[in-house]
Amino acid sequence: MKLTTVRNASGLAICFVVIACQRQHQDIRPSPTQLAIYGDAAKEDALRPGGPVSPQPTVNNPYNASAYDISEGQRLYNWYNCSGCHANGGGGIGPPLIKQHWIYGGEPANIFDTIVKGRPNGMPAWGGRIPEYQVWEIVAYIRSMNGEQPRSATASRADMIQPSPQTLVNRTNDQTK
Amino acid sequence: MKTTTRVAKVSAATCTAFTLLLTSCIYNRQSAIDPAGPQSGRIDTLWWSFFWLLGAIFLIVMVLTAMTLTRQHRGFEQEPLEALHKASEKTEARLRSVITGATIVSIVILFVLIVASTVTGKANSELQNKKNPLTIQVTGTQWWWQIEYKMGDPTRSLVTANEIHIPVGRPIQIRGASNDVIHSFWVPNLNGKRDLIPSRITTEWLEADHPGAYRGQCAEFCGLQHAHMALWVIAEPEDKFNAWLEAQLQPAASPRTPEEIKGEQVFMNHACIYCHAIEGTPAAGQSGPDLTHFGSRRGIAANTLPNTMGNLAGWILDPQTIKPGNHMATIEVSSGDLQPLLEYLESLK
Ligand code: HEC
Ligand code: HEC
Ligand SMILES: [Cu+2]
Repeated sequence: MKLTTVRNASGLAICFVVIACQRQHQDIRPSPTQLAIYGDAAKEDALRPGGPVSPQPTVNNPYNASAYDISEGQRLYNWYNCSGCHANGGGGIGPPLIKQHWIYGGEPANIFDTIVKGRPNGMPAWGGRIPEYQVWEIVAYIRSMNGEQPRSATASRADMIQPSPQTLVNRTNDQTK
Repeated sequence: MKTTTRVAKVSAATCTAFTLLLTSCIYNRQSAIDPAGPQSGRIDTLWWSFFWLLGAIFLIVMVLTAMTLTRQHRGFEQEPLEALHKASEKTEARLRSVITGATIVSIVILFVLIVASTVTGKANSELQNKKNPLTIQVTGTQWWWQIEYKMGDPTRSLVTANEIHIPVGRPIQIRGASNDVIHSFWVPNLNGKRDLIPSRITTEWLEADHPGAYRGQCAEFCGLQHAHMALWVIAEPEDKFNAWLEAQLQPAASPRTPEEIKGEQVFMNHACIYCHAIEGTPAAGQSGPDLTHFGSRRGIAANTLPNTMGNLAGWILDPQTIKPGNHMATIEVSSGDLQPLLEYLESLK
C-alpha cells in the first residue's frame, strides 16, 4: 500500500520534471540542422509572396513552445529594434503584428521569410544580419503575441510598462542634484 | 594511534587554511582584508577585531569544555544529593552567578559588535572629504558592467565597459543602476557591497589610497553567468588618469592597415552593429558593451578571459561555449573575415 503510494508519487514527480524540462529547455547553441533551414522556409511564390502555398509550408519553428526561446525572442525584438516600427505589436510605421489577417502569412515559416527577405513596402530584409536561430526565436515571440503559443510557455505578465533605464537615469539625475 | 593521525590531519588542514588566508592578504588580490582605501581600511579593522575577539571567546569556551570533560568526580558529599538529581545550595548559587555573569558578558560583547558594525557601515557610506568628486555611473546588465563618466559637460561624457579608471586620492561617487535584475557592485579592496537595483539609483563613495588594479565582481546572484561578471578598478596617479580620460574621450581610431579597413567593413556588415557601439562609426547599438576603445581594455566578456587576439577569436566564433547563456549572438563569420575583424577590434586602443 505504502510502496505503491511512493511509487505513484515519484512517477508523478518525474513526469512533472520531464514536462518542466521541456518547457524550460535552453538551447543556447544553434544546432546545424536549425541553421540549415535558413532561407526560403515557406517555399513561397515569388509573384505572390505570402499567398496560398501548395503544399503548405512544412518547416516548423524549432523553438515552438519553448519558454526560454520565446523570452529570448522578446528581448531580440527590442534589441534589433523591431519595436521601433512595430511598437510592442500594436504597429507604427510598420503594420501591427497582433492581428487576424496577415499580409504575408502568419505561419511560422511565413513570418520567418518576411523577416529574412524583407517586404516591398518598407520592411527591411534581415537575412545575413540577424543569425537565423534568432530569427526563429523572434518568430516564436511574434506567434506568442497572437496567443499561438501554449500558455505554459508564455509570460503571464507583460513587462513593457517599466520605463527605459535611460529615462530613469535622467529622472534620478534631476532628483539627486 | 588513530586519534593521533586524525589530530595531525585536522591540524594540517587548519594550517593550510591559515596559509591560504595569509597569502591572500600578502598578494595583491581581491580581498576585503587587503585594504587600498580609507573605507576598506575600516572594514579591515572591523574584520580583525571580530576575528580576535571572537577567536578569544572561542578559545576560552574550548578550554572550559575540555576542563569539564576531563574533570574528576567531586567526591562523597555530593552523592546523596546526586541520587535525587538535585544540586546543593552552594552549587545552585554558583550556577546562578555564572549564568548571570555569562549573560551580561554576552550582551555587552554583542552590543559592542553591533555598535562597531553600525559605526563602520555609517562611516563607509560617506567620505569625509567630498570635494571635487568624480561621478561614475555603473549599470549592471546581464552579465557585464556599463561604465559612464559624467563630467557635467555632455560633450565630455564617456561610455565604456567592465573597467573603471580612477585617480588616486580623489573621492569617487559611484551611481549604481541596473538594466534588468538586481546586481551588486563589490570591489572588496576599496569598499563593501552596494546593490544595483532596477528603477532606482544607489550611491557608493570610494577612494583609493595608492595606485593598483583592484578586481571586483557582482555579489548578488543574477542568473546564468553571475559568476562571470567581473570588473577592474584601476587607480592611477592624477596625470596618468587624465591621459587615459582624454584618450577615451576620442572617437575610435580609424583603421590604418588594409586588414583593419576590411575588419571594419566586416563589423559594419554583420549584426554586431545592432548591439555594439563604436563611436565615430555607424555602429550605435546599445545592448552590448561599447567597443570604441575595446583594444585598451584588459578583459573580454566582463573579464571572463584576458584580452588577447586568440581569446577574442574564440569569443566571436563561439561566445556560448565561453559564457553559456550570455546575450551575445553566435554569428557566422567566414574564415577570411575573422582575422581582419580581430585586428580591427584590437586596434581600437
Ligand atoms: C523601418 C521600419 C521597420 C522595421 C525596423 C521592422 N519592420 Fe517589419 N514591417 C515594416 C513595414 C513597413 C511592413 C509592411 C511591409 C509591406 O506591407 O510590404 C512590415 C511588415 C512586417 C511583417 C509582416 C506583417 C504581415 O502582415 O504579414 C512582419 C512579421 C514584420 N514586419 C516583422 C518585423 C520584425 C520581426 C522586425 C525586427 C527584426 C521588423 N519587422 C522590423 C517596417 C519595419
Ligand atoms: C544580440 C546582440 C549582440 C550581437 C549581434 C553581437 N554582440 Fe558582442 N556582445 C553582446 C553582449 C550582450 C556582450 C556582453 C556579453 C557578456 O559579457 O556577458 C557582448 C560582448 C562582446 C565583446 C566583449 C566586450 C567586452 O568589453 O567585454 C566583443 C569584443 C564583442 N561582443 C564583439 C562582437 C562582434 C565582433 C560581433 C559581430 C560579429 C558581435 N559582438 C555581435 C551582444 C552582441
Ligand atoms: Cu550581476
